[in-house]
Amino acid sequence: MNFEKVLFAFFILLALTLNFGFFIGDFSNPDHHNPFELFAALVVSLIATLMKFGDRSHVGVVLLASSLVADLQLVAACLVWGIAVYGMSAPLSGNALASIVSLSGGALLANIVSVVILTVETTLHRN
Amino acid sequence: MRTPLIMLILAYAISVLGFVLIPGRDDTGELWSMDFFHAFYFVSFMGSTIGFGEIPYPFTDAQRLWTLFTIYASVISWLYAIGTLLTLLQAPLFQAAVTRNTFVRQVKKIRTSFYVVCGYGETGRQIVDALIRQDLDCVVIDKDINRINELELENLPREVPHLNSNAADSDTLVWAGITGESCKGIIAVTRDDEVNLKIAIASKLLNPALKVYCWAEHHDTAKNMASFGTDYIVNPYDIFAEFFSTALTSPHRYLLHKWLSSSYNSPLTEPVYPPKGRWILCGFGRFGKAVHEKLLQHGLPVAVIELDLESTGAPKGSIKGRGTEADTLVAAEIHKAVGIIAGTDHDVNNLSILVTARELNPDIFTIARQQLSANRQMFEAANLNLVTSNSVLIASSLLAKITSPLTSRFLAIIKDQEEDWIDSVIQSLSPCIDNNNPYSWVISISNINAHAVMQRFDQGENIYLHYLIREPSNRKEKLDCIALMIQRDGMEIILPDDKTLIYPHDRILFAGNISTKSKINSILTSRETLHYTATGNHLPSSFFWRWITRRFAKHPS
Repeated sequence: MNFEKVLFAFFILLALTLNFGFFIGDFSNPDHHNPFELFAALVVSLIATLMKFGDRSHVGVVLLASSLVADLQLVAACLVWGIAVYGMSAPLSGNALASIVSLSGGALLANIVSVVILTVETTLHRN
Repeated sequence: MRTPLIMLILAYAISVLGFVLIPGRDDTGELWSMDFFHAFYFVSFMGSTIGFGEIPYPFTDAQRLWTLFTIYASVISWLYAIGTLLTLLQAPLFQAAVTRNTFVRQVKKIRTSFYVVCGYGETGRQIVDALIRQDLDCVVIDKDINRINELELENLPREVPHLNSNAADSDTLVWAGITGESCKGIIAVTRDDEVNLKIAIASKLLNPALKVYCWAEHHDTAKNMASFGTDYIVNPYDIFAEFFSTALTSPHRYLLHKWLSSSYNSPLTEPVYPPKGRWILCGFGRFGKAVHEKLLQHGLPVAVIELDLESTGAPKGSIKGRGTEADTLVAAEIHKAVGIIAGTDHDVNNLSILVTARELNPDIFTIARQQLSANRQMFEAANLNLVTSNSVLIASSLLAKITSPLTSRFLAIIKDQEEDWIDSVIQSLSPCIDNNNPYSWVISISNINAHAVMQRFDQGENIYLHYLIREPSNRKEKLDCIALMIQRDGMEIILPDDKTLIYPHDRILFAGNISTKSKINSILTSRETLHYTATGNHLPSSFFWRWITRRFAKHPS
């Protein structure tokens, strides 16, 4: 058992689950999308990216790329939220919420790709 | 670098989360809780120690308690991250990678033709210096960091990309750009024959078109290099033996050769007249053997002094000893000898031998082998008849081949000429030079370098050689230089006289004072100057004056 691999798999999966938790629910209903969950998803995703820094293997590079994509999407979602509320000095509109959730949906896709690659790599090693 | 960054993210995340969760009170005393935006804003300016204060509302004690924690957490995380980053930047491996990348980029940027010099010792330095003065780019590789540092301090007029690496690795040679099109040649002048051989082999394999110039001290290395098609191999001992032989039979031929092959900023070489008679040779290494052979060829008796008679294979009757003590020299019958050669590989011993020898026989002709150029002043102060240094011999011999094929052609011609001819060249060259060795250079009559001359050709005028060597401010005075040779379509005119006609695409080898080079260039490139040196009249340069001259030419008074 390689502890580094355990830790990385943990963060990748956690990023996926948190993101899924935020994403799931009615698109325009703010009650279904908790900001804490988005915050946690962003932090965990950033850590997962950092864990792949310096990994020069082919799979490692692809994982780094997919988790960078997730980061980008989540940061964009947070920016949209901040600008929509504080930049416009108005309560969160349904329009803004929809784009936040869809951005996090994109990140979710990247997270899924990460997990799939990770699973494939693990099974290959087992064989 | 991963851990400190993760720690930084965690410290920020926990701090932000804390501020969002801990309730505060607004200006009306109502319960109020921070959102992520404000929490992140606060943590950001607090963590970077900017500190705008407690906003938007003054903090409750619970919030202040949390602030206290976050201040230390964020500051420590930042220090940790920045410290790790600085260590990483200063790590030798990282530094080496950065220097190497810079080197490769610099080499790629060179658009003109360039040479790679392996080994920046005394020889390498002289070669780089001369190449740069000829407006040629060069790239330097040396595995000794101290020499690379010296190069950086040298303050050369051109940027010289340099790398501290072993030139025997083919990777290093590729980084130095030997596979590129602009690379014209590689010069292997490291102290180690093996390394020079490896460089020669690798270069010829990687880029067969490359010219390879090598220093080889052993004859078997030289043969090995030659079998790989190395273009030019120099052996300092053979060169010196050849020079010594020339000096014995024809001192002026040797002098002329020295004048034309030495660096122009070295002091003028004085003529030497090695006497014929009994010689003493101290040291029977590679240097000693080469000189010994030449002395025997000239039928001169030699007494050899050598410390290690067996392993050097010294001839029978050799005297065992260093030669630094008087009794060894007396045993070699120094009173009967006309000359002594100190050829050991130890500078101080060589000096000691010659000083002792001169005490015993004040009229003796002294020849010293100088190993390190750092000892130059000692050898100068000893006032010896002839001092030879490997690095100078190698550098001048290689440079003649690399930068000026015409000079080396002329030097080859000297070898076959009569004594009288040599004397006449020395006599015509002597008034042109002052305290330094003459400077020799080549001009080619082409549209690039001599457009004024080409223009005059187009007007159907003849150009004589003496037009080019007159003082541009007063044509009655001749410039301090002579033309040694003209090369024209495979034909060679040796020592052309003033009335020689110049043709397009001629290549002319001049020798003389370095200051005349720019004057000749101005004659070659300026229509007005050439017109003046050719006719003695000034060409009207302004529209008005040209108009006036035309009018007067039409109506001669």
